Amino acid sequence: MPKRQDIKSVLVIGSGPIVIGQACEFDYSGTQACRVLREEGIRVILVNSNPATIMTDPDFADATYVEPITPEVIETIIAKERPDALLPTLGGQTALNAAMALHERGILEKYNVELIGAKVDAIKKGEDRQIFKQLVLDAGADVAKSVICGTLDEALAAVIELKYPVMVQPSFTMGGLGSGFAYDEEELRRIVGSGLQASPVTQVLLSESILGWKEYELELMRDKNDNCVVVCSIENVDPVGVHTGDSITVAPALTLTDREYQNLRDISIDIIRAVGVDTGGCNIQFAVNPVDGRVVVIEMNPRVSRSSALASKATGFPIAKIAAKLAVGYTLDEIPNDITKVTPASFEPSLDYIVVKVPRFAFEKFPAANPTLTTTMKSVGEAMAIGRNYTQALQKALRSLEKKGSSFHWGELPASKAELLEAIKTPTDGRIVQVQQALRAGATAQEVFDSTKIDPWFIDQMLLINEVADATAAAEHLSVEVIKEAKEHGFSDAQIAQLRGISEAEVRGIRHASNLRPVFKTVDTCAGEFPALTPYHYSTYEQETEVVPSDRKKVVILGSGPNRIGQGVEFDYSCVHASFALSDAGFETIMINCNPETVSTDYDTSDRLYFEPLTLEDVLEVIHAEQQSGELVGVLVQLGGQTALGLANGLKAAGIPILGTTPEAIDLAEDRKLFSRILEDGNLLAPANGTAVNLPEAEQIAGRIGYPVLVRPSFVLGGRGMEIIYDQDSMADYFERTAEYGLIGPGYPLLVDRFLDDAIEIDIDALYDGETLYVGGVMEHIEAAGIHSGDSSCTLPPVTMSQAQINRVKDQTLAIAKGVGVRGLLNVQFALANDVLYVLEANPRASRTVPFVSKALGITLAKAASLVMVGKTIKELIAEGHLPEKDGTYVPFDAPISVKEAVLPFKRFATKDGRFVDSLLSPEMRSTGEVMGIDVSFPAAFAKSQAAAGSALPTSGSVFISVADRDKPHVVLPVRRLQQLGYKILATAGTAAMLHRHGIEVSVVKKYSDESVDGPNIVELITAGEVDVVVNTPSTGTAIKDGYEIRAATTAADKAIFTTIAQLSAAIGSFETVIAGPFSVKSLQEHAIDRKAALAK
Amino acid sequence: MTNQAVLVLEDGRVFTGKPFGKTGTTLGELVFATGMTGYQETLTDPSYAGQIVVQTAPHIGNTGVNSRDEESSKIWVAGYVVRDSSRMVSNFRAESSLPEELNKYSIVGISGIDTRALTRHLRTAGSMRAGIFSGEAAQASIDELLATVKGAAQMKGLSLSDQVTTDAPYTAAHQGEYVGRVAIIDLGIKASTIEHMAARGLEVTVFPAKTDAKTLLESHPDAVFFSNGPGDPEASDGQVAVLREILGHKIPFFGICFGNQLLGRALGFETYKLTFGHRGINQPVLDRKTGKVEVTAHNHGFAVRVPGGENGETVESPAGFGKVRVSHVSLNDNCVEGLECFDIPAFSVQYHPEAAAGPHDSNYLFDRLVEVIKANQNLKGSN
Repeated sequence: MPKRQDIKSVLVIGSGPIVIGQACEFDYSGTQACRVLREEGIRVILVNSNPATIMTDPDFADATYVEPITPEVIETIIAKERPDALLPTLGGQTALNAAMALHERGILEKYNVELIGAKVDAIKKGEDRQIFKQLVLDAGADVAKSVICGTLDEALAAVIELKYPVMVQPSFTMGGLGSGFAYDEEELRRIVGSGLQASPVTQVLLSESILGWKEYELELMRDKNDNCVVVCSIENVDPVGVHTGDSITVAPALTLTDREYQNLRDISIDIIRAVGVDTGGCNIQFAVNPVDGRVVVIEMNPRVSRSSALASKATGFPIAKIAAKLAVGYTLDEIPNDITKVTPASFEPSLDYIVVKVPRFAFEKFPAANPTLTTTMKSVGEAMAIGRNYTQALQKALRSLEKKGSSFHWGELPASKAELLEAIKTPTDGRIVQVQQALRAGATAQEVFDSTKIDPWFIDQMLLINEVADATAAAEHLSVEVIKEAKEHGFSDAQIAQLRGISEAEVRGIRHASNLRPVFKTVDTCAGEFPALTPYHYSTYEQETEVVPSDRKKVVILGSGPNRIGQGVEFDYSCVHASFALSDAGFETIMINCNPETVSTDYDTSDRLYFEPLTLEDVLEVIHAEQQSGELVGVLVQLGGQTALGLANGLKAAGIPILGTTPEAIDLAEDRKLFSRILEDGNLLAPANGTAVNLPEAEQIAGRIGYPVLVRPSFVLGGRGMEIIYDQDSMADYFERTAEYGLIGPGYPLLVDRFLDDAIEIDIDALYDGETLYVGGVMEHIEAAGIHSGDSSCTLPPVTMSQAQINRVKDQTLAIAKGVGVRGLLNVQFALANDVLYVLEANPRASRTVPFVSKALGITLAKAASLVMVGKTIKELIAEGHLPEKDGTYVPFDAPISVKEAVLPFKRFATKDGRFVDSLLSPEMRSTGEVMGIDVSFPAAFAKSQAAAGSALPTSGSVFISVADRDKPHVVLPVRRLQQLGYKILATAGTAAMLHRHGIEVSVVKKYSDESVDGPNIVELITAGEVDVVVNTPSTGTAIKDGYEIRAATTAADKAIFTTIAQLSAAIGSFETVIAGPFSVKSLQEHAIDRKAALAK
Repeated sequence: MTNQAVLVLEDGRVFTGKPFGKTGTTLGELVFATGMTGYQETLTDPSYAGQIVVQTAPHIGNTGVNSRDEESSKIWVAGYVVRDSSRMVSNFRAESSLPEELNKYSIVGISGIDTRALTRHLRTAGSMRAGIFSGEAAQASIDELLATVKGAAQMKGLSLSDQVTTDAPYTAAHQGEYVGRVAIIDLGIKASTIEHMAARGLEVTVFPAKTDAKTLLESHPDAVFFSNGPGDPEASDGQVAVLREILGHKIPFFGICFGNQLLGRALGFETYKLTFGHRGINQPVLDRKTGKVEVTAHNHGFAVRVPGGENGETVESPAGFGKVRVSHVSLNDNCVEGLECFDIPAFSVQYHPEAAAGPHDSNYLFDRLVEVIKANQNLKGSN
């Protein structure tokens, strides 16, 4: 029975902003789902607050609502669109929770909307730990002994039988938020306390410790006829105790016999049936005791997940796509296998290669955070690699991380054997390299096993890698045979070079001279049994290559690698758009990327996909393979962030044509001296500045240009080490604090800029073809300058700038574009102080804001940029309808306003004593994602952005104010208005006195550090939930410590917090909006019609 | 170069690798198997007798070898081709390593070759004769080795049942409540098949391949079963004649794999050789009775052709056993995967419901056997 005829329209809920534990894999799954449903002729209504996603492109749905994912907003959308069904299984935990809330409020029933993909009952069974536990036991399988606790006292009682260490998992949270192991009562109190708070049902599960057991995951699908298939088995190299998202994982499972594997498969199928996932996917996690094989079920997710994205990429079986088809009534045997085209999807992929996934962390962004890996996920991204054996896949994956020290190396030993064996007892970022070093230092496999509980098979593979390294180093001369052996085990040219004490280029020279090149195999779902019609390739060193010749004109697009803070889904958006646009323009598109979470690594996106590390060596080899036939027009490096850009020089040196802005021009913008000259030539101003390599020099410059200064180390990403320094003491403190990271020194000086206090920061994204400058959009930051653009909120169009100022921004951008020699995209940051424009930074590449601009103004900037880079002019693009006639500097009177807000991961990171890290914004970027609010006015758009970011403004309650002295004069007006709106004002003594003198009624609250009087202090009040909004700007002296405690408590209590007065002032109108009533909603498609009408006026 | 091994295909393709298992020479039909788990079950499956098996999964031997997972008393493959043989064993049940086991049974293997290239070649060129030569044997010229390969027996027309069958009858006790007695013709039976029957209350007597119908009937079986096994079904006229006699007595019959092919022949249908066969544990099969898809374990190079019955139509048995239909079909290539008779109590499947290695989706077929036996007992009782 094919498709259901009664479903004419479906509401799809996306996963909202990128957060740790829920990243762009849901853009991949959501995009697939939307495509499939539309192909089936179903009207797709989409709600997702994340503008950086590909799924929110107006092309992927019939009605795209970039609106907050709250039950109220979704109800408004349902009332307006009246969908037949709601598909909640492709937008992560966010979508599932939203669907459950809609069900519980009776909204689905009221509007007669059917839940498809997973029924309420199945969601409850899968997610409620008690029900799930019983169901597993009923299926004849085992679970770890456990007790559900709703209070701390219950937990203390339960632990008597379960014994320490005990595992704590809150119910209904994602990415293992709030879970962990407690080794003693103190830890139990802390973890259970925060776990109860994190759980929407105030429930935690305490279970017996299965630490050190082997961990496995199976990805399953089931259709309405009860056909079940296991798509993929995944084995964690890191044993139980590390969240699977933070573990190195391998597919397929490598240390199970068939009898043991089939047992897991049988249990999985029993569970998916018992839970009642009748159309779609789920994953089930297992722990296996290595001593006796005892199996316990850890958990299941009745939806598409991060690991299903990984499984899809690992096998070529598109889980989300098929889940969407099953949800509208197809069965597995009715759906063809995309790759073979002739066989059905009702089979289980067989792999003739090994896939390894490694996590990417960002602990350097949160120096106070405890870097120990636990059952709470902390990684911000991942890389995947494919090889014909484990050693090859592992080494390729590690170098895909693009992080110094992430690959195995053979330099000086970092520590003694004993020290290394001790260090590897604690799982941390980079433990795998420590294990390799421990083995080098003479540790035996048994000793490593005792320290880590990593399966001996994986340890032996690392021994093998070290043996190959030794043989490579010891060989009399570097023969083809020696290189080939190393290559078969995944060694890069750079690693071989290190072992031989020669340069990477020399190794490559020897290798190429003897024509030793990788071959490219195909991911085909069936281990070669049937021909694969989809060119999804990976490299290996073997006999036969499978790249099919083609005579088309080719463009290679370099992706952006693993997600990290500062480089995420936004860049994938640009790469995917370029691929679509160039494909439409008749080019053969070739994508290279190693991030399994993305749309770019969907084999449907480009004509050819190479799942490869983004290193010069790996990219050159793909290009070489493709150059064997057809014509390579060039390589697109501008869209994949710093990763792709960083390869430009090497590619150029190898004679590969680079499309768009030349590598020399890119360097020009990065080099401070050369860039100053461009500014001088264009009569443009930059803040007074200098460079320093030590503290005395820095103090001298600061003395000359005057405090406050903005300091920034050279050659860092995402504003690493960037700070605002207000006085000499703080400068000394800065040098002291950063000394251990080695960020500053000769050759990599500290850049010291005059910090423009009270300036407005402006971001512009523009396109230049050598003749015309086309502005995508001018964005005004809401926070004053000094906060990283990635963390700040901004508004498009600007709300305080005049048209003349906007025009000046455009003129200056044109001067820079000309001076640098841009062909393609350019992002410039300005500061506007006292009507004077200062150039802060220029980046000749796709910026993080390209997708936001595209959603806000309907200008498809990335697509246009890719066409400019292959030779189209902007005039032609306008004439052909690729770009609107008027650019983003033209703002019609009644154009809608879009506000972008950052989403920060502070709650994910606890300090060593178990508290949240400080939530203060600074010039160093820390956000993982963003949301957009769009509405007719700024206050409404801002209010929506706050609601979408998860800190909705309250309609009543109390507001606590504690600001630094410099901010006191500016806080009076906004606070007065808040009081008029009915909010109760609380403040500490100093701020309270000032507000009182201005006639504002205020209650004095005890400071955190004040122990002279009785009663609760402000932190206790916040923790008790008695404060709804916190306004706290960073201060100096003892107030620093108080400020930290306040912000940490606010983050923990999930309340709105303002750390700048600019934010607060911007929000005042928004408080009025939320009091006035529920948000109105409008789709991007409707906004586009309005915009057209406004432009026509 | 004694540390080298070569795999020579009858069409002249040569792959160079390292010796694995015993060094020496082996000849056989080269086939590929796509299962990612269960190498031990594969090696000990008698259906692989006479075949050199290529494993498409790259890492083989990781979990070692244990006595529980053996499907018969020895390794049957003629030769073994893998990409990466594990240097060590990691599993709590392991008793020995794969290289030790290969040496114990004198199996010549080869490792370190591009198994994917080889598989892609076999997929288009079809299964063919090949030889693995290692140690001294690898010293000869390729021309000489090729001549040796071409001198080996062709699988087409080959009868191998006598090589794999039991020497003398033996009986396995039933477990739990007694249901009935099954007489098995051992054409290469696997231990799991017997276990599945015994676990369902069936007492099992296993007879040598050449047992005649009279001997079978004298054992008063409630059902007769023809097992899986190697070789060309066209070379087994003797067993076909025995089966026709059994069917004539309307004794319940169940066949697996080779047993399915022999039922097909007994009913009067033809069998034919597939280009490269089905060997894997991920094969989708549609059960026409329930409309459900099973993920199944396959190991067959031949199949039954049922003209006019390809889409599940009921056809007449050319040998006069009444109405028959194709009950199970491969969703990959529409190959016949099961037969069901309407006028006699006989059915069979081309794939492996005992699934060792492989998914347990079709274990239910042993329940079906029990149902058929009970139904027939009731019929007899009421007569």
